[in-house]
Amino acid sequence: MSQIPRFRRGFRFQWEPAQDCYVLLYPEGMVKLNGSAGAILNEVDGRQDVDAIVASLQQQFPEAGDLGPDVRAFLEDAEQQHWIDLS
Amino acid sequence: MTRADALPTSLNPNNAGPPLWLLAELTYRCPLQCPYCSNPLDFAQTEQELTTEQWISVLRQGREMGAAQLGFSGGEPLVRQDLPELIAEARKLGYYTNLITSGLGLTEARVVAFAEAGLDHIQVSFQASDPELNNAVAGSRKAFEQKLAMAKAVKAAGYPMVLNFVIHRHNIHQMPDIIDLCERLGADYVELATCQYYGWAFENREALMPSKAQLDQAEAEVNASRAGLQARGSAMKLIFVTPDYYEERPKACMNGWGNLFLTVAPDGTALPCHSARLLPIDFPNVKDLDLREIWYDSPGFNHYRGNEWMPEPCRSCDEKDKDFGGCRCQAYLLTGNADNADPVCSKSPHHERILAARRAADHATAGLQDLVYRNVRNSRLFFRG
Ligand code: SF4
Ligand code: SF4
Repeated sequence: MSQIPRFRRGFRFQWEPAQDCYVLLYPEGMVKLNGSAGAILNEVDGRQDVDAIVASLQQQFPEAGDLGPDVRAFLEDAEQQHWIDLS
Repeated sequence: MTRADALPTSLNPNNAGPPLWLLAELTYRCPLQCPYCSNPLDFAQTEQELTTEQWISVLRQGREMGAAQLGFSGGEPLVRQDLPELIAEARKLGYYTNLITSGLGLTEARVVAFAEAGLDHIQVSFQASDPELNNAVAGSRKAFEQKLAMAKAVKAAGYPMVLNFVIHRHNIHQMPDIIDLCERLGADYVELATCQYYGWAFENREALMPSKAQLDQAEAEVNASRAGLQARGSAMKLIFVTPDYYEERPKACMNGWGNLFLTVAPDGTALPCHSARLLPIDFPNVKDLDLREIWYDSPGFNHYRGNEWMPEPCRSCDEKDKDFGGCRCQAYLLTGNADNADPVCSKSPHHERILAARRAADHATAGLQDLVYRNVRNSRLFFRG
């Protein structure tokens, strides 16, 4: 079964109009996300598993070729940064 | 969208970006007496605190301008009875809200109520890893026990947990114990912040500043702990802020003057950093001007933007875009002129002041009894004169 990513407690993902990008907020800190990081994390809702996230992104960016490896690598990286849990 | 388009009514002469961090110092009142407190020496002189409505207006304006991180601090913010209301408003506006507290005045019920109001994070500060030293530094007999209980309550309520320890020569030997304590409490982040010498800490510098040998040992211990945590797969992060007095280049203070950080003091004075009040500069008040004018157009906030103001050696230095000449408060406290290069810099003609402080730290004998504690009585001494 594929894993379901969730934001760790204390991490909040939101769109910031003033910065014109998605950001990840955590205790006394903030990461500005680039377009692809923002698009991937925007799919993290605690329900969709990794396969569903890849499928959804594939649908949003049909021209982009196979997104699977990049999305998986990014999510693993995000887990290592302790932004999300993969369970 | 360019910044200029976003600000049709603003002159914004230095093309400054928005304040992304807002620090709301709700009050200077505090039950503790930490001798390194960053509040102004004459805090007891401060007039009336802003009302609830005035704070809410500050929060709204800040958020509209783009602030995303919000800190409630002080003093001890818990003494404000309207805190739950301010938290709820902040959350509604979309801030990530941080409560920076000593833990005194906190109860389990308040911890839970704040979570319901939408508080994202509570940072509890400690003075040491054991009750005797903690309470001696805090100037309060029951502080440690209360802090422990509240750290546990914060954890139990599911908040991310940040524990903060201000480090100085009297507790720097406790690094391994401090880190152990934090791991037992289940902290996510541990801030080991050596004193920055402004405000009360500057008055007490000789009695607070660790020696180079103490610092080296502490760094080695922190690195060893970090390796241990990683090997055990622990997610606890250690953030060790070393004193810039042992550097040869200054820190890029606040990421640049009036660049990201906006502090509002209890009486509504707006500042580019929480210690800037000590500078001989007129800072605007949120009671008189709206936040946008304050941030983009006021002389106080534009004073040290850009680098036109710099004298030598910064003016012709190729590192000036990296560190902005360092900290204005430090320049002022150590050289008498806030325009000067931060004397931490080895190119500063006043660097000798830093070297002298290092030498003094090697031979310092001052104990806790020699510290000037931060309380109303001592504060009055600083403005009676
Ligand atoms: S540093 Fe200590 S005395 Fe100052 S506000 Fe914080 S807890 Fe109170
Ligand atoms: S001379 Fe000024 S700009 Fe250059 S490194 Fe020193 S403080 Fe920074």
